Order: sequence, then structure tokens, then C-alpha cells
Amino acid sequence: MSERLEPDSAEELRAIVADALASKTALEILGGGSMRGIGRPVDAGWTLSTVRLSGVSLYEPEELVLRAGPGTPMEQLRLQLEQHGQMLAFEPPDYGALLGGDSGAGTIGGIVASNLAGPRRIKAGAARDHFLGIEAVSGRGEAFKSGGRVVKNVTGYDMCKLMCGAWGTLCVMTEVTLKVLPAPEKTRTVLVVCDTSADAVSAMTAALSSPQDISGAAWLPREIAALSGVSYVASAAGGVAALRLEGIGASVDARCAALRDLLAGYGAVEELHTDNSLALWRELRDVRPFAAESGAEHRAVWKISVPPTAAPAVVDALRALPDTRLFLDWGGGLIWAETDEGLSGGGAADAGAAAIRAAIAPAGGHATLIRGSETLRRAIPVFQPEAPGVAALSRNIKTAFDPENILNPGRMYAPRTAEA
Amino acid sequence: MRMPDPDSDVLARRNAIVAALRRIVPGEGVIAEEEELRAYECDGLTAYRQLPMIVVLPETVEQISAILKYCHGTGIKIVPRGAGTSLSGGALPLADGITLGLGKFNRILDIDYGNRCVTVQPGVTNLAVTVAVEGDGYYYAPDPSSQIACSIGGNVAENSGGVHCLKYGLTTNNLLGIEMALMTGEVVRLGGKHLDSGGYDLMGVVTGSEGLLGVITEVTVRILPKPPTARALLIGFPSSERAGDCVASIIGAGIIPGGMEMMDRPAIHAAEAFVQAGYPLDVEALLIVELDGPEVEVDELIVRVEAIARENGAETIRISNSEAERNAFWAGRKAAFPAVGRISPDYYCMDGTIPRHRLAEVLARMGELSDQYGLKVANVFHAGDGNLHPLILYDANASGELARAEEFGADILRLCVEVGGVLTGEHGVGVEKRDLMGEMFDEIDLAHQQRVKCAFDPTQQLNPGKVFPTLHRCAELGRVHIHSGQTRFPDIPRF
Repeated sequence: MSERLEPDSAEELRAIVADALASKTALEILGGGSMRGIGRPVDAGWTLSTVRLSGVSLYEPEELVLRAGPGTPMEQLRLQLEQHGQMLAFEPPDYGALLGGDSGAGTIGGIVASNLAGPRRIKAGAARDHFLGIEAVSGRGEAFKSGGRVVKNVTGYDMCKLMCGAWGTLCVMTEVTLKVLPAPEKTRTVLVVCDTSADAVSAMTAALSSPQDISGAAWLPREIAALSGVSYVASAAGGVAALRLEGIGASVDARCAALRDLLAGYGAVEELHTDNSLALWRELRDVRPFAAESGAEHRAVWKISVPPTAAPAVVDALRALPDTRLFLDWGGGLIWAETDEGLSGGGAADAGAAAIRAAIAPAGGHATLIRGSETLRRAIPVFQPEAPGVAALSRNIKTAFDPENILNPGRMYAPRTAEA
Repeated sequence: MRMPDPDSDVLARRNAIVAALRRIVPGEGVIAEEEELRAYECDGLTAYRQLPMIVVLPETVEQISAILKYCHGTGIKIVPRGAGTSLSGGALPLADGITLGLGKFNRILDIDYGNRCVTVQPGVTNLAVTVAVEGDGYYYAPDPSSQIACSIGGNVAENSGGVHCLKYGLTTNNLLGIEMALMTGEVVRLGGKHLDSGGYDLMGVVTGSEGLLGVITEVTVRILPKPPTARALLIGFPSSERAGDCVASIIGAGIIPGGMEMMDRPAIHAAEAFVQAGYPLDVEALLIVELDGPEVEVDELIVRVEAIARENGAETIRISNSEAERNAFWAGRKAAFPAVGRISPDYYCMDGTIPRHRLAEVLARMGELSDQYGLKVANVFHAGDGNLHPLILYDANASGELARAEEFGADILRLCVEVGGVLTGEHGVGVEKRDLMGEMFDEIDLAHQQRVKCAFDPTQQLNPGKVFPTLHRCAELGRVHIHSGQTRFPDIPRF
């Protein structure tokens, strides 16, 4: 177990990184540690946690802006925003249960560093789209800032985008500024019975192509729908496509009626009101159908991003792998798949990595291993391998910000071997 | 504005360079005659002019790649140029540089309704994307005021906005994929038709990088179904404070309008004199609030906004009841720049962003600066997102007025930063705000940004002299400084 450091000021944090740089000590960077199991395992001398850089230093509801320490718990942020009828519109997920840990342990720094988003991604964007400003310490042991507190800003490079989704491999954040938005007054969900992914993607595409302003579009095959805590979904007569509508009451009612008419030809239509809607989309946001229970340790979970119309072909390829479960979000643009870790394409066990990445190659996209054993995460690329030209740029970026490779070394990409 | 010194060796080789480029781009695509080069001597920031050494207008990605590879090998600088509408001098030529014009890349390559995206060549105009899909009920959301002329490639380079940013985002929020050529000539693809990056968000940092990281050769953008209805309110206030309060109250009530624009008294009067939009002339501030979406939603929100406006002391309120009326409300705002052009020989358009609640204070201090510099200023303001466009009125033929206007503008931008805002909301840094970057960023911040530049273009041949006030060599920036003898953090909790 490496030594764990919890600085309580940005300057202390900077001094630690500078010291690690001087002594060439690798650092594992953590917030609450709830997503520690995502990525290639990090072999670090010290563990550096931002949990004590916690708290909201600025929240102006009428300016739609919030600034906080990276260690601020998501639960605290959610409650504070709720008091003003606001939210982080990208619907940050909680993968605690999915990863076999506790729910509610996540921090805003972790959400930003991983660029995660929930079902509302298709309408509101991901964490990257709401990330306005950053203060951070790079692997050079230097504090730097970028962005600001306003939504419209093109002053200098948009470094926030680069740091969002870098999984702590380029910098350690010491403060983040995000855009917040009003929470919807009302939520409803239209359910359509669809048994195949092709039918479901057709129905979701029709809905998303309509002006009904859909804020969530998912499809659960029958065996996944059956796991839902929402009885209408669990007891549906087949697979279920779910379309979410949010907004002011009169608007949601009118759009709901229009959407039911639009989708009537695709299958039997049902409707969920507020509580059931919220419950269903929370399940999907947090990938609860694949929550780790006893026996799940041999089950890998993949997050696969593809063009929505390519989803049915990728689903067919996944179905060809033995004992695979899956469901769709983002109108088909996101496939969640659970595979057996022992799967192999003829070589070593890869949890289906080669087959999955081959299936998404024709239309483009990426597959990320979100849950896997340490052995698996050391054996296969957790993140989508990049084309050579892009990989070279990524390496240059890593070297620019972390020349001695001390920040989460290897978490995104395995160290290059001498002959590579 | 000082640009990098021209390289006399490169200038001496000009004829050979022209010949080499003509081998890559045959026919009319290489421009070397002074009278033809003149058309490229400036972009939308007309105060700065420089004749380029050569202009080349390739027609294929292979040609772009070959030009870059040749220039990389022979140490020649490149200035990428889309439609040349930049307001910050992003496409200002270099005396020893090649201006690489993308104007011939004007084809729409793919309209994919299933995946709700369109793939275009970089020279396609912003408006052409919407025109291509509007018959089928879609549109492309970012709508910079130059949308009839500006190119998508330029939109990516500048991360262009428009009046609908608060609700629909900037270019970066509506972009799915790009293809770009690096300075070496290598062509890479970032993103595609799917969401998010599987690795570092390189597309995110390329967006808004002002032509310093690569040459955009193809763009895939997200399109949206057109909202069924849009209606607008035209609201007059006795003071900018009350108008600002109204904006805060609308957002505080959980309403995000599709557009929310403010004009001050000078801008109202200039616009009304120009297009007779029917604007009230006895108010200090005018707010246009546009709501879009399903009819029932728009109708209800109109009522809510009207009530909020009354609570905030609105003196006049008009609500559009037809498309003609809505367009009339916008006519004055959309004509604000040319309208100001009619009342002044020249105007200088600024582009700071401020936290909205500091608006009244910023306008008041801008008034003081106006007196101090002896130059009038009219203000249009993207009120929803805090993006301020002060138009400084001056006469370029009057001795010293341009210099005074520029100093006034710099003071306004410093003021924006001082109240917690930024130097530029959507026009870019370019050459215009380059030397003000130090107002927002310290040396370490800028060095980290420049290392991104070095990761993409280590020889710094792409658009040098823009964005960064000081050019450091990449080798120097890459050095690791280890500060030995630092104390080890004795007081930090360990576990």
C-alpha cells in the first residue's frame, strides 16, 4: 500500500507534485477513489487524494455558475443545487454499485476527470460541455489555470476540454468551475415495446428526429427490462424502448401526447409519470442492470460509443459472443455490454475486446472497459487504441504536461515497450 | 502590433517557392501577383493589413497535405484562411508566409439524418449547413452574425458562437468530428459520428485554437430538429440595471430563452434610424427575449417572461404574434453593426464577456472611459451569456483616433477581466488581443498553453504571431525544471 497524501490547499498539493517530480515518484491521483477500478492499474509510490480540497467556493444560481474544490462530494453538490431548482445538466452518473463499491462516494473532480455523462448526454452534452474553468497542477509541479466563470469564452486554448476525460494523467485539479442549469419542472417517459435493437433504434431515431425535444432514449432487451425496479418496465410484454420528456408541465403533456402518436406504429405504448420516470433513468444512468453482485467478478462491463444507426450491427456482433448482456442508451449511440472475462478471440482471455473493437471499426467509435479485474485491465487496452497519428499527438500532450510520467502513469495507455 | 520578423532567406527563395507550389496545385490556384494578393491582405479586422508572400488555393486534401509537407521541409510559415471574416486578425497574412485559402472546399459531403449529422468540407458557409437540411426540418444551431459568409472550418478554428449559445452551445458543443492536416502534412481524424472521445479530447482543444494547431480539412456537425415555434418579446427599460435584473430574474425562474439580446440607448437609436424596426426611443435599454420550442411551451413562457419584465420595471413590452413581427424585433439588432457604421465613419467592435450581474457597473465605467477618450460607444450585448460587444465610434482619417480607439478597447477588455470576465467571448484572440493575454494569464499559464501548440506543431510554422504574446521555442518549453531543495510537506495528513 502506497503512502496516501491528502493536502488541504492548492499550494500543498503543488508542493507534493513538485516533490514527486524531483524524486521521480509516481502518483496515483484520486478524489474519493470511487472510480479507482477504471483504467489500467497504476503502479504508484504515493497516492495523492483531493478529498480535502472540498467545498463550494462560489455558487450564483442566476449566473448559472458553480465553483468547487475537486474533492467536493457529488451528493453535497446535488443537494445544494436542488435547493435552487438547478442541476448539472449532463446527469453525472454514480458507478459505485456498478464497480462493486458504495454509491454516493463520488466527487466532482472524478466526474470531470472522467468526462462522464448520463442519459441526457444526447441533449445536454457531457461534463466537457459544462466545464468552464480549471485550476490545476501539471506534472511539472506548476500551478496553472485556464478558462473562467463565463460560458462564452475563447481566450486561449480550451484546456478544460483536454483535462476533462484525461483521468488525472495530465494534471491534478485544485478547483473546477461548471455551468449549472435549471432542473426540469416535470418528467415523463414514453415506453414502446420493441423486441429487437433494430426496431428500437428505428423508434428512437423517429423520436429524436421529431421536435419533441427528447432528453433520454434507451432500449432494454426483455431480460434487462425484467431487472428494473419500475414495475411497468419489468413486466413489459417484451423489450422496452424508453423516451424521456422534460420541461414545464403543459409542454411535457403536449409533447407526450404527440410522441405517443408518433410511436404508436412501432409497438405497444405505455407512459411513466414522474417518480417512475426518475427511478428508471437513475437505474440507466448508474448502469444498475450490471451492478456488481456476488459472482459478478468475472463479468466485464464495456461502454461502447458508436453512431446510433450502427448500433444494431454491433449488437448482433455482441450477441454472437456467448453469455453477453447489453442495453442501449443515447438513442443507440451508447451500448452498455456485460461480457465474460474469460472470453477470447482465439488468443488470451480479453473479455471480448478484440471482437467488440472489430465490430465498431466500420462505423467508428470507441469501446472502454469500465469494469474488469486487475489482471484483465493489465492484459488488454482499457481505452480504445488510437490510430498511429492520433496516438502520437496524445503522447506529445502527455509529455508536455507530465514529462516525467508521474501522474497516474499507465492509467490510460500502457507504457511503451522499447520496440514499440 | 509587432509580427515576427520576416525571414529574408525565405523571401529570397520566393520564385522557387511559387514554382514548387505550382507543381502541387496546377492552374490558377497559386497567386503571386501583387494586385491579386491584395484581396487577401486582411480579414474582418481591417485595421491590420499585410500582403502575404503567396496565396495558395488547393482543391484536394492531398494538395493541402503536399503543401504543408513542402513548407515543413523548407521552413515556410502557413496562415490558414477560411472566408476571411475573423474579427481578431486570425487570418492576417505574414510577409514571409503562405496564406492557405480553403475557399474551394465548398462541398457538403454527407447528410445523415439517421445519425442527425452533416459532414462538410471546411469552406462551406455556416448558413449553407442549415439551408441544406431545413427543408427536412433540421438546422445547425451556432449562428454567428457573419453566418452568411463565414466558413465552418473558420467556425471550428474560432469556436464561433452566435445569439443562441446559452441554450444551444457554441461550435465546440455541436461538433462531432474533424479531419485535419498537421504541419508535417500528416492527416488525422478526431471524433466521427459518435459522441465523446475514447482518449484525450484533442478535438476539444483544436476547436478554438485559431489555426495554430492544424488545417481543418473536413467537419462533421450535429444538426437539430427545428423547434416548431419561436416568439419574441421586445422589452424597454428605464435603465440598464433594470434590464440586467430582468435577465437575472428570467434565468433565476428557470427559463433558458433561445436568445436574449440587449442594446443600450445609442445602439437602439442607431438601429431604429437605419431599419425603422419600431423600437422605443425613450428607453435606456432594450431587451429582446426569444423563446422557442413547442407552441404550448412558448405561449406559457411568454406569459411568465412578461410578468417578470413588469416586476423589473419594464416601460414598454411588445410580444410578437407573427413571424413578420418576430423578424421585425430582430431586424434592428441584426442591423446594429451596419447601423452604427452609418452614424460614424468607422467603428471598432469589441468582444469581452462578463458575469452578467456586473453589467450596469461595466456600462457605467465604460461611459467614464468614453468621456476620457473622447470617443462614443454603442453597446450590443448577448445578455444571456454575458458576451458584450461595445462598438467604439471613431474616424480613421482623424489623426490619432484609431490609436485612441484601440487604447479605449484595451481598457474595456481589462475592465471585463477585472470584474471576473474574459478578453474574448467569440471573436478570438488573433493579433488583436494577443498582447492583452497577460491580463488573464500568467507566464506559467501561457507556457502550458504553448506546450499544446508544441505537441501539434513543434516547429511553430502554423499561424505564428497570433494568440501568444511571446514566442518561446518548443525545446525551451519542453525542459523540465526541478526545484531541488524543496521541503517535503511535513504537515500533510498521511494515511
